[in-house]
Amino acid sequence: MSLATLILAAEPVAADAVRAGLDWAVLVENALDVFTVAFLLGGLFFVLAGSIGVLRLPDFYTRLHAAGVTDTLGAELILFALILQADNWQVVAKLLMVAFFLFVTSPTATHAVAHAAWRAGEKPRLGRWKAPALEDEG
Amino acid sequence: MRDPMPYIMLGATLLLVVAMVLMLARLIGGPSLYDRLLAVNSFGTKTVLFLCVFCFIIDRPDGIDIALLYALMNFIATIAVLKFFNYGALTVDLRDVDTAREAPDAEGPP
Repeated sequence: MSLATLILAAEPVAADAVRAGLDWAVLVENALDVFTVAFLLGGLFFVLAGSIGVLRLPDFYTRLHAAGVTDTLGAELILFALILQADNWQVVAKLLMVAFFLFVTSPTATHAVAHAAWRAGEKPRLGRWKAPALEDEG
Repeated sequence: MRDPMPYIMLGATLLLVVAMVLMLARLIGGPSLYDRLLAVNSFGTKTVLFLCVFCFIIDRPDGIDIALLYALMNFIATIAVLKFFNYGALTVDLRDVDTAREAPDAEGPP
């Protein structure tokens, strides 16, 4: 339902861009919206992929990989999409601060969790592994 | 024509809520402590994103301050919980701990 909402909501913007022809002001304004939708979709893809990875991957270190890698990229993409929509510089500055702190603290926290798990004796799963079918999992 | 951007951001918040629910599933079902910690940390990151997008939906960007505060508190909480479970107390001075000596059975990564 939400994906259909996204597509339906983006359609009038595209229709306006087609109708406006070569009016540069309208084109630039709609280009910002189109870039926002593109970055939002990219960021949501990475966030959802990371979540599904954390839920489905077999052992702790692979889950760490899914969460750590995709959370950073997805968060930065979504925050950049919001920066494109901001209408004054204070909001841009705050969003840049959020993006900077997420960019610094998320890999640090991931590394700390991995280091603590390794020191506590959590062993990675080695060898080949076949994912169970969805209905087999309790 | 209505401005479509709030609806697009509403869809984005719905998908973020889906991601947060997946994280809650790992938080409840995670076999080890570290799985749960990872899920909590990732849940916090998604909460920050949710707050930022939600502030744009209701058109009150002051709430981004709360998102900033939540991002920092999430990081500090993760580090504090890790320290507590490693050393059994939050008052341990890390300068007194020899980290090389406490490595588990000296195998090294495979």
